[in-house]
Amino acid sequence: MAVSLPAASAGASATGGDMRGSATVAAASAGASATGGDMRGSATVAAAPTQTSSAPRASRLRIPNRSRGARSGPARRAARRRGLIAWLFLVPLLGLNVWIVIGPAIATVYYSFTDWTGIGPAEWIGFENYERILNDSRLHDALIHNVIWLVLFLTIPCALALLGAYVLSQVKKYQMLFRALYFIPYVVASVVNAFLWTALMSPTNGIGHVLGEMGVPWIGDVALLGNTDTSLYAVNFVVNWHFWGFLAVIFLAAMQNVDPELYDAAKVDGASRWQQFTHVTLPGIRPTVIFLALMSAIWTLKAFDYVWIMTGGGPANSSEVIATYMYKTALLNYEAGYAATLGLSMAFMTIIVLAFYQVIRRRGWES
Amino acid sequence: MFGKRKGREPSLIPYYFVLIVLALFAIGPLVTVVFNSLKANFQIGGSPLTPPTEFHFSNFVDAWQQGDLATTMKNSAILTVGTIIGVCVISGLAAYALSHLNLPGGNAVIAWLFLSIALPVQLFLVPLFFMWSRLDLQDNLFGLMILYWALDSPFLTLLLRSFLMKIPKDFTEAARLDGANELQVMTRVMLPLAMPGVLTVGLIAGLNTWNEFFLARTFIQSPDKKPIATSFLSFQEEFHTDWALTSAAALFMLAPAVILFLFMQRRFVAGLTSGGIK
Repeated sequence: MAVSLPAASAGASATGGDMRGSATVAAASAGASATGGDMRGSATVAAAPTQTSSAPRASRLRIPNRSRGARSGPARRAARRRGLIAWLFLVPLLGLNVWIVIGPAIATVYYSFTDWTGIGPAEWIGFENYERILNDSRLHDALIHNVIWLVLFLTIPCALALLGAYVLSQVKKYQMLFRALYFIPYVVASVVNAFLWTALMSPTNGIGHVLGEMGVPWIGDVALLGNTDTSLYAVNFVVNWHFWGFLAVIFLAAMQNVDPELYDAAKVDGASRWQQFTHVTLPGIRPTVIFLALMSAIWTLKAFDYVWIMTGGGPANSSEVIATYMYKTALLNYEAGYAATLGLSMAFMTIIVLAFYQVIRRRGWES
Repeated sequence: MFGKRKGREPSLIPYYFVLIVLALFAIGPLVTVVFNSLKANFQIGGSPLTPPTEFHFSNFVDAWQQGDLATTMKNSAILTVGTIIGVCVISGLAAYALSHLNLPGGNAVIAWLFLSIALPVQLFLVPLFFMWSRLDLQDNLFGLMILYWALDSPFLTLLLRSFLMKIPKDFTEAARLDGANELQVMTRVMLPLAMPGVLTVGLIAGLNTWNEFFLARTFIQSPDKKPIATSFLSFQEEFHTDWALTSAAALFMLAPAVILFLFMQRRFVAGLTSGGIK
């Protein structure tokens, strides 16, 4: 979560979301060997993220059922009644969603055109907030920080996780134990992880201090979190540390879904282990990797917890990200109107990422 | 496999070497928290990374009392249990409808659930915050719990649905022919079969809630209502010079999550990885 589970529970749920998506994706890649039942599951599940393309597939699966029901009057009535009951079962979920997500999201659109402070009436100011976004240098810095995070996020933890997952997939003994150890930082609360790394990065008695005493130059007295050059990277390091094990576990599951016969074939052709990795393993788990890259992109946009706890965005805004900036704008500076505009921009960026993912899927995902 | 290596089979030692290095990287920092929680504070300054030479269990007593952990852990427990129950009911109903009831328009609902998982909470935070103040749900554990229900259930509905998809419709059809109504079909037929899925959903909802920070920090201000995540941060700010004490408090926070994970590892990882597939 780093994903910071910043975005707290939405973040958290997103987390899961991706995992499940990835599972699906893994299923799709293992598709050839899937039985009928599996295919159905994976088709529908896969349908979900790409709505448009796979929805017809999923519904086609159901048509036989429905048309059978349509043949006779009472059966049709029963089916319609069941449809009504089905919607009743969705009332709690959708009711909460309308109340807490959709309604306030629409209100956000309205407030983004006002100078609302959060208290009292909101006055319509047209596109002023949007013009302000274009000229807000603090926001632009925060955006650049988010982009830096994204790049780091898509490289370092992914590489570590691929390494960890691959090595795990090669051993049998203690595989479960190591898998659990890698995953533990992910289940520990962000406040605890942030605290322990703040302590370990302390210039007076953290790791750097110990290394400095041992004679390692430079590191001894550097306040990694208190230095404008390093704070952004120091926090990002902690997020990556807490996150890579999660990726490793997902990648491992995907690797275990790769058809073993492909490896046998590669061995017969005399492929080295490295060649097996690049020509069998990586293509086999590519959909999972791409999916998690998508989710990572969405999570980095929301990154909040670790930055807020470890540096508060400082020093001198050197580790400010868009989520912390928006939070301060809304709840510390009482510029609720402008904060709404910022929140809307974040959602807009999320949608761009999703659209980009759709394009990738269309081009070459299935090939 | 390990013992009798045959001629060309490469040694596994390099693999285990890499595994151990990675494990130290993942777990080492957490181990230092355990070490430091047992030291006297003045010992940490000189050697923050080494095991304790003598055990100061009094840190745990002090942390428990000074952090008022009895109150904050109770708050977290209420939130966690309430969220688990609420989410299981909400997601259970919805997932059943989306998997076994041929819901007209079901695919649109699923698409929306995916989108609302991806959308940042910042999109609706500002109006939500002020609406919660007006409804007196601000600074209210139940108000926070409603937010967890709303924000956790879309993902968990989709996860649970993928479990339910694996249960053949024959079971429910048979029950319906026997004259059971939908609620009976769900509670008597589906629920027992779907128990592993429900358990996974409850586990994820519980861990999310226990660890959740952002909403708790935004929506709860009174010290006596804070869950442990946000009160730990205040504690850390107050006692930032006393790492022994803060480490002990940190252990109280992380222990339930880690222990639960270790016991339920298979269930948890299966839910996150293969849950969607087979």
